Amino acid sequence: VAVTTEAKLDARKLRADFPIFEQEIHGKPLAYLDSAVTAQKPRQVLDALRDFYETSYGNVHRAVYSLGERSTAAYEGAREKVARFVNAPSARELIFTRNATESLNLIAYAWGLNNLGPGDVVVVTELEHHSNFVPWQYIARRTGAAFRLIRLHEGGELDLSGLDAIALEGDVKVVANNLVSNALGTINPVEALAAWAHDQGAIMVVDAAQAVPHRRVDVQALGCDFLAFSAHKMCGPTSVGALWGRRELLEAMEPFNLGGHMIRKVELEETTWGDIPQKFEAGTAPIAEAVGFGAAVDYLNEIGLAAVEAHEHELTTYALERMAEVPGITLYGPPPERRAGIVSFNLDGVHPHDVAQVLDSEGVAIRAGHHCCQPLMGRLGVAATNRASFYLYTLPDEIDRLVEGIDKARRLFS
Amino acid sequence: VTELDNMYREVILDHYKNPRGHGVIEGADVEAEGMNPLCGDEVSIFVSFDGDKIEDVKFRGRGCAISQAATSMLMEMVKGRSAQEVAALDRDELLEEVGIPLTPIRLKCALLGLGVLKLALHKGKGTPLPDEWAGLAEDLELK
Repeated sequence: VAVTTEAKLDARKLRADFPIFEQEIHGKPLAYLDSAVTAQKPRQVLDALRDFYETSYGNVHRAVYSLGERSTAAYEGAREKVARFVNAPSARELIFTRNATESLNLIAYAWGLNNLGPGDVVVVTELEHHSNFVPWQYIARRTGAAFRLIRLHEGGELDLSGLDAIALEGDVKVVANNLVSNALGTINPVEALAAWAHDQGAIMVVDAAQAVPHRRVDVQALGCDFLAFSAHKMCGPTSVGALWGRRELLEAMEPFNLGGHMIRKVELEETTWGDIPQKFEAGTAPIAEAVGFGAAVDYLNEIGLAAVEAHEHELTTYALERMAEVPGITLYGPPPERRAGIVSFNLDGVHPHDVAQVLDSEGVAIRAGHHCCQPLMGRLGVAATNRASFYLYTLPDEIDRLVEGIDKARRLFS
Repeated sequence: VTELDNMYREVILDHYKNPRGHGVIEGADVEAEGMNPLCGDEVSIFVSFDGDKIEDVKFRGRGCAISQAATSMLMEMVKGRSAQEVAALDRDELLEEVGIPLTPIRLKCALLGLGVLKLALHKGKGTPLPDEWAGLAEDLELK
């Protein structure tokens, strides 16, 4: 195992891998500060997709002919890579899904419907993306379980002081939390929550969509039971994501989607299910996308996640410092040491859409909206925020352009 | 003139900062509200009628400059006109007044107020609803 001791990356050099940066937006170089919503794709991943389609494409697991074997080897090879990337004990515990949202729905339906009922408590946090909030709210309502929230401190970090009170309300069966908040960048104390969840006899479900692309995530060290993430946020293709789950839980679970490939035997009266992971992969899989997912993992391993994390930490520290100079700005979320490469903010008297529009005219792409976090927006007392997010290809001078653009919006509306 | 200067031309900024017809009509004949779930723009519109004529109309809301300025312009455009005429108002009439190039996303911002006004007229006078509001009409109670 290669150990990266000197964690440093050269973002300017890495940018050459990304064809999208070869264009200008409104006559200016593209400063893409929206990687939290989706990351751009390097040639290495695009080439892997193309190469697979051109040389090895066939459906997996069924064909007797050579292409089918090649395709299956590539698909299963990708599973191995993705599983290893999060230190899963076995690749069989790694299920390919459509995205992190589908991974979380899979748990909520396939585990939740059979394990929750009146007297049980489902716990999520105010900081969740709708994808780890709405499925649990819905399944709790359907099963009669209580749905409880871990609240936030002013600074955008979880307030764990309410846990004891929650435990008194019934049998806590699920705790669901994101490892990194997509809206504020908060790095959440998932290990501590997982330990508490297990003390209650609950499972710990982790939405790691904003974490796996940016820092080393180890499912065994976290002590969680399920972990969900998406390829497209880590330089991979859209339409493929992953769910890691503990083997005994996956094996005991009912299937989610039903149909081809997930069966053992279909009879007129009854059907039995295949082994994991096939049990959860009905229908033709996102085969090429999974291969691209594997290529993205290779790409990130080559750079080193420690280097990515360090780079983003530097950018975030710099961004928070620079952005604080703008009069009338409100910055949300924790200090840089407990925050990933995401900065949410508002500008006094200027709606986020207008800020984002002004920035677009400068070639700077940021997000404006509720970030699929309406409970959090309610907590912050705003309808929307602006959000800039960083990745391995982000440059410090793009943050300078961000700050200049925000100031331009301020002057325009003052 | 850049695209940005076009979008945030003086008249838009003026309507945003000094909205016309801004406020609440106490005892209005009808009130409607709407939001753009994509960005959280919100607009409430209050109408009082004199027969079929829109005697007074006011709005309040929060949102981007385009949504609030376009609604402000709309207030000036429709006051004194008949409910039927305004219910049939072509969106291009408002967009011409707004007078800026709009991307599909921002178009929704610009048309939010018009949709809410048509909803209010529907509630008050039974005029036809724009398609995008048809499904919502039952959820909103007549005041």
